[in-house]
Amino acid sequence: MSLREKPEDMLRHVRKPLPHDSAVKQVQGAAPYIDDLPEPAGTLHVAVGGATTARGALAGLDLTRVRAAPGVVAVITAADIPGRNCVAPHMDDEPILAADRIAFHGQPLFAVVATSRDAARRAVPLATMQVAAEPPAVTVDQGLATGERVLPDYAFVGGDVAAAIAAAPLQASGTLRMGGQEHFYLEGQIALAIPGEDGAMLVHSSTQHPTEVQHIVARALAVPDAFVTCEIRRMGGGFGGKETQACQWAAIAALAARVTGRPCKLRLDRDADMAMTGKRHDFRVDWSVGFDRDGRIAGLDVLLAARCGMSADCSAGVVDRAMFHADNTYHLPAFRIDTRRVKTNTVSNTAFRGFGGPQGILAAERVIDAIAWRLGRDPLDIRKANFYGPGRDRTPFGQTIEDHDVGLALVEELERTSDYRARRAAIADFNRSSPILRRGLALTPLKFGISFTLTSMNQAGALVHVYQDGSVHLNHGGTEMGQGLFQKVAQVAAEEFGIGLDRVRITPTSTEKVPNTSPTAASSGSDLNGMAVLAACRTIKARMTEFAAENWSVPEEQIVFADDHVQIGNQRIGFGELAHAAHCARVSLSSTGFYKTPKLHWDRDSGTGRPFFYFAWGAAASEVLIDPTTGENRVVRVDILHDVGRSLNPAIDIGQIEGGFVQGMGWLTTEELVYDAEGRLLTHAPSTYKIPVASDVPADFRVALFDGANREETIYRSKAVGEPPFNLAVSVFCAIADAVEAAAPGAGARLDAPATPEAIVTAIGEFDAAAALASALAPAR
Amino acid sequence: MSRDSIQFIRQGRVVSVRGFAPRTTVLDWLRLDERSTGTKEACAEGDCGACTVVLARRRGDRIVYEPINSCIAFLGQIDGAELITVEDLAGSGPDGTGPEQNGVLHPVQAALASGHGSQCGFCTPGIVMSLFAHYHRVSGAPSRQEIADVLAGNLCRCTGYRPIVDAAVASLAAPAADRFARTAPERLAALAALDDGADVFVGDATSFFAAPASEDALAALLEQHPDATIVAGATDVGLWVTKKLAALPKIVHLGRVAGLDAVADTAQTLTLGAAVPLERARPLLGAIDPDIGELMRRFGSTQVRTSGTVGGNIANGSPIGDLAPVLIALGATIELRKGDRVRTLPVERFFLAYGKQDREAGEIVRRLIVPKPSADTRLRVFKITKRMDEDISAVMGAFAITLQGDRIAAARIAFGGMAGVPKRAAAVEAALADAPLADPATWRGAADKIGDDFTPLTDQRGTAAYRLQAAKSIVIKALAEIAGVPDATTRVRPREVARVAS
Repeated sequence: MSLREKPEDMLRHVRKPLPHDSAVKQVQGAAPYIDDLPEPAGTLHVAVGGATTARGALAGLDLTRVRAAPGVVAVITAADIPGRNCVAPHMDDEPILAADRIAFHGQPLFAVVATSRDAARRAVPLATMQVAAEPPAVTVDQGLATGERVLPDYAFVGGDVAAAIAAAPLQASGTLRMGGQEHFYLEGQIALAIPGEDGAMLVHSSTQHPTEVQHIVARALAVPDAFVTCEIRRMGGGFGGKETQACQWAAIAALAARVTGRPCKLRLDRDADMAMTGKRHDFRVDWSVGFDRDGRIAGLDVLLAARCGMSADCSAGVVDRAMFHADNTYHLPAFRIDTRRVKTNTVSNTAFRGFGGPQGILAAERVIDAIAWRLGRDPLDIRKANFYGPGRDRTPFGQTIEDHDVGLALVEELERTSDYRARRAAIADFNRSSPILRRGLALTPLKFGISFTLTSMNQAGALVHVYQDGSVHLNHGGTEMGQGLFQKVAQVAAEEFGIGLDRVRITPTSTEKVPNTSPTAASSGSDLNGMAVLAACRTIKARMTEFAAENWSVPEEQIVFADDHVQIGNQRIGFGELAHAAHCARVSLSSTGFYKTPKLHWDRDSGTGRPFFYFAWGAAASEVLIDPTTGENRVVRVDILHDVGRSLNPAIDIGQIEGGFVQGMGWLTTEELVYDAEGRLLTHAPSTYKIPVASDVPADFRVALFDGANREETIYRSKAVGEPPFNLAVSVFCAIADAVEAAAPGAGARLDAPATPEAIVTAIGEFDAAAALASALAPAR
Repeated sequence: MSRDSIQFIRQGRVVSVRGFAPRTTVLDWLRLDERSTGTKEACAEGDCGACTVVLARRRGDRIVYEPINSCIAFLGQIDGAELITVEDLAGSGPDGTGPEQNGVLHPVQAALASGHGSQCGFCTPGIVMSLFAHYHRVSGAPSRQEIADVLAGNLCRCTGYRPIVDAAVASLAAPAADRFARTAPERLAALAALDDGADVFVGDATSFFAAPASEDALAALLEQHPDATIVAGATDVGLWVTKKLAALPKIVHLGRVAGLDAVADTAQTLTLGAAVPLERARPLLGAIDPDIGELMRRFGSTQVRTSGTVGGNIANGSPIGDLAPVLIALGATIELRKGDRVRTLPVERFFLAYGKQDREAGEIVRRLIVPKPSADTRLRVFKITKRMDEDISAVMGAFAITLQGDRIAAARIAFGGMAGVPKRAAAVEAALADAPLADPATWRGAADKIGDDFTPLTDQRGTAAYRLQAAKSIVIKALAEIAGVPDATTRVRPREVARVAS
């Protein structure tokens, strides 16, 4: 579709920093989430019982006392599933309710259906289970030791990497471990299933992927997809955690509704949610690099081992995306980027904002830091020396970087605006004179590939109706999880029809309206759905234009839609008047719209192609202060410059940048998932799992949008923004590593993520605080 | 006089509730009984703040607005208060528009909505209510730091907080002028009318929620029901219900007991009634030393400190319980009562073993008596956590070092998180006796004794090795600071910053 854009100065809605469409409702508690919907009469409530061991054969499950508990109406096990007992998106490796083998601690085994949520929850612990327990593989290392994988190993190989490293003047190598991350969407997983006639089921599901919920529910109930509808108006956060992970609860709620014939609601409590749903993959990265005396990389050999958990889920895409980003912005003349998709007896890890990209980027930046430490150079110099450039523009996956000039210009602008060099010198001075505290600074760049790497997913549909009063019903396959997608797309629709946003009715995502959708994921929401809606609007607008031209005998070029009116030659009528007139002339005012991303091709077997339509660029400079004796730390200042193309809505984009950055900061600092040896998650609630709070965000937080249009034809030349800024938080980790290196030379490379106080102290090792502080005593004493 | 219902004010009307399970939470009552769904549940343990509601209470001749976590507050606890939720704010703005007028937002709501302070919106009602409570503060325009403190108990996963803090700073700059401020006299009168001094007993002998109005009535009730669960703020007990699914058929609430929240502050001693909320104790304890002020700032969150009490923090016997190490270092005593028998003992002797305190069934903590340090005593408190704010300590250390010239005359040092109970570091203290203060050998020698005093556990907050290392480090830092090393060079957040903020 050609863009045929309006001139910038004609834009009334696009580019405006308008508030989120639901903001006024949200601040009044008047924006309903699924748990807030009026419950149909007779609604029952479901609680899920999970395994109390991590691995073994399920020898017995006694639910007698559960069934007898007050308020219990039914208890559901795998035997009650009429269709396929499978919740896996691509494979057949994860049951809805486990029947014979236990694969992780907390794995759902049964569901209690009761007259109240309290009654259902209280019945769950009355179950007794016998499991022939086997020692579980919990960590990546334990998983590697068993040799079990959820998917085959896969690598990008270019040149003779071993020879290139060996031939380089200098070599370095190391191991970096990085933790996973809990999504901690504020609204936990929830589904409300309402049975209909002929076996139909309406499922309200807090999901980023209604089509998959529809499909998995239908499959479980043994009904055709057409008998199941999935609907979602808004989620209380998603972050990838409701892409595949919503399906299980929707399926269990639907099974309960099928068994009881009554509406059934399942809302996981926070602890169950954290124990039973997947998280960001934690990685072990083993790397070795060869480089010259200027720090330029000759060859990089990196092995990315990801804890995938008990099943594949979306690990294929996640680990692939880590590979696609293990170069970050750096040219690798020779490379081997190898992967292990490690099977463990833990919950199956899943999509999380960045989808493996952050893990790949963090690995790349550790390599750069290590080179800089080795050479005694500023890491920023090494980053710039290795940046993609003319003649050094081919990625390890065969795609040519066409706009590396954008990335480098952005980095150099941030270097200036953040006053990087002067601060670097001031920090060096501070670190020389400070007895124990150390400051650290890092400026890290970002290149993030935009498109689903599974090419078939890069499509979207929309459904738009214009009513006779000129009001517009807007619907598309994208879901709203807070990211402002609905607002952005409404701006596109209002712009196209030249009407006010108050005339555009945003409606819930439903598989009845737009079928066969892709998940709202991979930062693609606005790119895909904005274009699909634009197509639908243009179809209707073209019909209205054609009608007006004929009816008023005016050339089509003289018909302009603007300011709630339509200029038809010399005549100006209301948009609604034209809609009414067109309807009376039997013109259809409803249309679907469809979009598929152009230019994409990817051959995974050969590891070549163009998996990404374009790249989003960005950079961040972060400064930290650490206490090497306790590991306490503070982010002092952050400067961000980020590329969103020409923004559809700069306020929403800045919200994504700031929010993504802070979420990334949490991943790399305070958010630590701790499992015990039996595979039990110990950090299963916010009392023990610490996401950032307001005071963790530096008061000096400077965020700017990089000025420049997307060179590809995207919706109003904007760029995707959901995931890329998350990766900017890598600068915080590198700044902490910089401070750790300043505290104890050689310690930086020992810092693992998250950089908790303990991780910092562990990396630094022995630090003679008494001697350092004695030197700070006033000499008079 | 006794009453068999609880009563509170809701949207201008007195609500009287009789038939409720003692363990019913305020949140469940709102969402399941009243069917007001604006208030959200996200964690059910008082950590995320999505369920924040505000209790307006009469204190003297004015109304105070207290944000609480409704997910872990028992319904009976709100007896005598006005319950304000996110649904009640629209239309209450200073422009005088009617309460039911739709779409006219409270200044806090308007600033958040127009300033992009909500994305997914699920945390938003709680944030609105925390800021609404602070909108009615008495102090002047708040700083960003103050807002961050107010919001330490409100998690947002979407925005990164910047726009929320901006909106708060903007909307809280002017003095309160909303409908609640304008109608304060009438509402004060309505609250006063509820204050009947009655003993509340809702239920029967097997299942009840009771809130005695006097200490004698409390003592008598507990003699009759020594198996009852004693609840002050419920910031811990609430989780027994929401997380461990405890039945709690008998709940005795301390919030109505006259005099149990009394405070006496003299030059020598600070006496805190057991039911004094932590937030009210905060400035009193903070006046003893800025480190204690900083500890209290970081203690839980505004919501937790508003509900939680000093007595509860000691009585529940947490091995960390941030107040306990400080009280032990200061040499505080605890006063208990059972029936007519009153006894006192040093706080450190109250903690017998993990989960076991020197308190009989039916015995209550009555008050804490905190001696103020002498002029030659220096205090230092360190709280080591994974996240700076709203986090339970991995290690907490409190130091009271009494000097005599250049030497240490006496040391009282207590740690939390290092053993099954908050405990004194006897070997460290012994190593410091009569040692020269400004000598790194003293610091090192004392720090090296940590391993003699403690064999900490490994858990999700830290390994045993880290706990030992951090404890040693804070021993050295405390002594170095007292010896004269400026704390700006020893802490990522200096004492001066803490002093200004608290």
